[in-house]
Order: sequence, then C-alpha cells, then structure tokens
Amino acid sequence: MREITYLKAFNESLMQLMAEDDNIVVIGEDVAHYGGVFHAFDGLWKTYGDKRVIDTPISEMGFLGMGVGAAARGLRPVCDLMFFDFIGVCLDQLYNQAAKLKYMFGGDVTVPLTLTTAGGAGLSAGPQHSQSLEAWLAHVPGLKVVLPSSPYDAKGLTVAAVRDDNPTVVILNKRMFGTKGPVPEELYAIPLGQAGTVRPGRDVTVIAVGRMVAEAMTAATELAKSGVEVEVIDTRTVQPLDSKTILDSVRRTNRALVVHEAVTFGGIGAEISSQIQEEAFDYLDAPVLRLGAPFSPVPFSPVLERAYIPDSNRIADGVRRLLERSGG
Amino acid sequence: MTNPAEQEAMSALEPEVLHDLHRRMVRIRLFEEEAGKLMEGGRMPGFLHLYVGQEACAAGVMATLRPDDVITSTHRGHGHAVAKGADVRYMFAELFGKQTGYCKGRGGSMHINDLSIGMLGANGIVGGGIPHAVGAAFAAVYRGEDSVAVPFFGDGATNIGAFHESMNLAAVMHLPVVFVCENNGYSEFTPLERHMLLKDVADRAAAYGMPGEIVDGMDAVAVYLAARRLVERARAGEGPALLEAKTYRYYDHQGVKGLRIPYRTQEEIDSWMARDAITSLEERMVAAKVATAAELEQVWSDTREEMDAAIAFGEQSPDPDPADLLDNVYTV
Repeated sequence: MREITYLKAFNESLMQLMAEDDNIVVIGEDVAHYGGVFHAFDGLWKTYGDKRVIDTPISEMGFLGMGVGAAARGLRPVCDLMFFDFIGVCLDQLYNQAAKLKYMFGGDVTVPLTLTTAGGAGLSAGPQHSQSLEAWLAHVPGLKVVLPSSPYDAKGLTVAAVRDDNPTVVILNKRMFGTKGPVPEELYAIPLGQAGTVRPGRDVTVIAVGRMVAEAMTAATELAKSGVEVEVIDTRTVQPLDSKTILDSVRRTNRALVVHEAVTFGGIGAEISSQIQEEAFDYLDAPVLRLGAPFSPVPFSPVLERAYIPDSNRIADGVRRLLERSGG
Repeated sequence: MTNPAEQEAMSALEPEVLHDLHRRMVRIRLFEEEAGKLMEGGRMPGFLHLYVGQEACAAGVMATLRPDDVITSTHRGHGHAVAKGADVRYMFAELFGKQTGYCKGRGGSMHINDLSIGMLGANGIVGGGIPHAVGAAFAAVYRGEDSVAVPFFGDGATNIGAFHESMNLAAVMHLPVVFVCENNGYSEFTPLERHMLLKDVADRAAAYGMPGEIVDGMDAVAVYLAARRLVERARAGEGPALLEAKTYRYYDHQGVKGLRIPYRTQEEIDSWMARDAITSLEERMVAAKVATAAELEQVWSDTREEMDAAIAFGEQSPDPDPADLLDNVYTV
C-alpha cells in the first residue's frame, strides 16, 4: 500500500468527503486561500471554491456558532480551530450549544458538526499552543472526541467523524503531521467508539491516547527483547470510550498502564483506571498505573518539554514496575 | 419615534395586519400572565423570565416573517415562540416539564423550539443563539433559498462577544440576517447607562458596516414597518442590519414579583405601562374603525379559553419516564 503523511491523509479525507456530500462545508481561519496554517486544507478551496471553503475573521465563537446553526439547518460543517488551545474562546458554542441542542430541544434538532483542531506538545510552541485538553471535552454529554494516532486513522476517523450526526471533535496531533504510513486511496471509515489493539501481548496492557500509541509501540518493541509481551491498545476515541476492549485485555494480562500527553491529574487516564478497578479488580495483579504530563503548563524550552512529555522510556519503566509486583 | 412617513404607511396597512399584530400580542400577554400565575402559585417547577411589556417587538417582527424564516431567541423567549406560531399546548406542557412538551421535559422555559415553524430555539446563554441565526442564514444562502434569519437578544447581550463576532461575520459574509435588539433598559438589574456608554444600541451597527435603526418597541405598527423594510432588504440580498426596539419589561428579570432591590422606580414602570403596546394599538384600531371594542374583547376571551385549554393539556400530560432519561443525548 502507498504511504502518505498523517497530514495528507487528513487532507485527503476531506477532499474525498466533499466530493461525496454537497452539504459539507469547511469553515475556519485561513483554511481557504492559504490552505490552513499547517496546510491541512491545501487544495480544498481550489477544488471546491468560495462557496464551500470559507475563510473567516478571527472569531472562533462566531464561526463555530455559525457552524452549529448551519448544521441545525441541514448542512454538515467542518469548522477548524487552528490550535486546540484556542478552545476556551469558543467553548460555549461547543459544550452548551452543539452538545446540548439535540437533548434540550427534545430531539428536534440534529447537529452534524465536526470541529477539527491541532493539539499536542513537542514543537516548542509554548504553553498556549501545545495542550492536550481532551478530558475536558470527553466530560460533556453530547460530544464525541477523536484522537487519530496514525495516518491510517487520521483518514478513517475523520471520515467517520464528518459522517457522524453528532458534534464531533477531531484532535490531530501536530507533531505527527509529517509521519508517514500506509493509507488506502479509497474512502473508508473507522467506527467511532472502537479502540484498536495495535499490538497483541500477554503480560501487560498499555492503553495509549493519540501520539502516545507510537511511544507505547516503541516501548513494546524494546521490552520484547527481554521477553516481555506488551499489548498496546489505541483508544482512538475517548468519547465514546471503548471500555470493553480495554477490560477484555486487562482481564487477560492482569496488568494495565494508561498513558496520555495530557497532565495526569484528572486526565482521561483517571477515568480508564477507575473503570478497570471497578470492573476488573479481581483480575489485577498490580494497581493500574497512569502516565501523563506533570501538573504544569507545557514548557517552551526543548529541554523542559522533553522532560514534560511521556515517552517510550518512561512507558517501558512503568511496565517494568508493574511486572515487579508479584502476581496474585 | 414613529416617523411621519411610517405613520402614513400605517394608515395604508391592511386591516388584517393590524388584527394580526393585535392577536399575536394578546396571545403573548395572556400566555405570560398565566405562566406567571402558575409559577407564583407553585404549580410549575423552575423559574420564568416573563416577556410582558415587550409584546410589540415579537409581534411586529414576526408578522413580517415567513414560516421558513428562522429566528433564535433568549432566556426571555416565550413571546418569540408564541409570535412565531408555536403551539401553546406544547409550550405549557414544557413549562410543566412534561413528555408532551416541545423539549419532552428536557429543556424547560428557556429552550422552547420548533424547527417546523422556523423557531431555532430559545437559549439560556446570553448571546448564545445569535451565531446560530448567522448559521441559519448561511445555510439558506448555500442552498439558494431566500429565507432570512432573525436573532432576538436584549441590550445586555450586546456587551458579549458572540454578538460582536456574529455582527461582523454576517456583515463580512453579506448574509441575510436582521439582528433585533429589544432594549428594555436593563441587563438583569443593571441599567443601560451602567453597562454601556452609548445611548443607542443601534450605533453599534456602524462598527460592522451595517445599518442600525431605532424603533419604538412599544408600537407594534412601527416595529412591523421597520422590520418589514429590513427583512425585505435582507431577503433581496442587500445584507444584514441591526434593529433596536426601545421597550420595557413590566415584571422583574425573573418571575412576577420578587423585587428584592429597588432598582426601578414605580414612576418609571408606570410611565412605560401608560404606553402599553396592546392598549395603544386597540385605541388606534377603534379610532380608525378597523375594529370595534367588542371585536377586540372577543380576541381576549377566545385567547383566554385557548390558554385555559393549553394549561389543562400541559398539566394533565404525563411526566417523562426516567427510563428514557438518556434519549437524545446522542443521535444514533
């Protein structure tokens, strides 16, 4: 299969979806003429024109709210938030409006809106351009939250998100934009709410979110050299969360480590860890371990940022610590 | 505030338009008076933001709109829903929190909506619905339809970002939106002069390169004529506009009485009530021999019967089943 970048895979999903469905419009800052600050939207405006690819003023609340209204009236808008960190200036339109209209209007209104954005650290982008805030959104009934971990998923999950009739946030990891991987040329959708077992293993389950899947795979390869077989699960979506795949795995391996880029405190790892102890306590040979960022803003300095983001070494260390606990 | 040209235009209005304005206002007034009594009497859960006093705004604007024109509303939204043609049985049912309500008991007073009549919902977040109207206008243009969108909001909402971002977006995208500000002089309990330095909200339109007009919000005919002009203009593709209607709410920010602080004087309230929109329209209709006092009284008594039946429907409707609590959290 041909290999393309994560960014190209995302771009291709929109290019093909827009050909399939005339109701899809792309709305955001610099998405049309310039193709987006990361060039994630390159070529869309040239192909689909002013009517369907729209540059907006810097008005995230305004254009996201416009997307909500247009979605309620039958369009399928894809709104782009340049950096995930900017979510604060438009959050009301996401969690009070998009997420709730269906419910609070008694089912009369459907909001098939997609919000795409770029999250994650590792590019020295500083405290306001590097965050991982997925747990905030996963906490809101009505939203779906998607974190592609590979080029294949960047395409397949975006397709599913845009086709979904619920407001869905696709959080791309900007450090992965240049990562290449096999991606089918045709349109395909990866169902939202189905985690991926990226690597089977019998000893420890590592549940990873977004780019941490790649770090977990590196750790697993390293640990395999010493005979430790790690099962790596990619959550793919944190809302809905595929609890079944996670619990089934932990019941087999009896040990679990959850890893994400977001700060550990109150992160999605806390929810996953809690579910495991509630549903699979008797299967555990060790407490569930969480790995995330320390409780601080994302630092700018490359030295500090490297210390901040979980990596394969810390994951491997965590797995070894879990194995040091004697089995039940 | 009605200019001479518009006074002249009023005399040229079809009598049916005047009757229509009158009926819409009476229905709003009685819906709100009854809802207020039900809440004060403890028969209804939650709380209410009553629209009494401002009826000319909703009636005047809505009489210019088609069913496919979309409005968005506010926490003080019953008047807009009634004027847009909502079924008051389902409105009362919603206020009672019943399964037959517009929101199936999930929304309550602040979230009445009915897409089938172009009512894209009342909203509990100040300014929250304004961008939705911009989106509805965008969707209409996208599909080549000639419907317009009208977000309603108060003077207080013109201090929030969603208002400014929506005004600018609609202007720069040249969308058919008529922004309607019902300036009742108070942002909850804070008077206008303490929440903005401009005397007129309409002046804010200049910042976005669109026309801003002021109309007497206690005069349904004046509102109708001003709105009709701006709606026709938007429908013709000439872009958005801001209409400020100077009006007044007779009751408190919330509920009927509940005055815990004397933020308004009785003299002020009385002076606005002396200009009551319904009374003044009735006087003009009788004077112009468009209606007799008996005909107008018939509207009140018919509407009272309608409200009584709607309240009975609402109160006697079944509660939602807790087993269905999760319905409509997601579209499946």
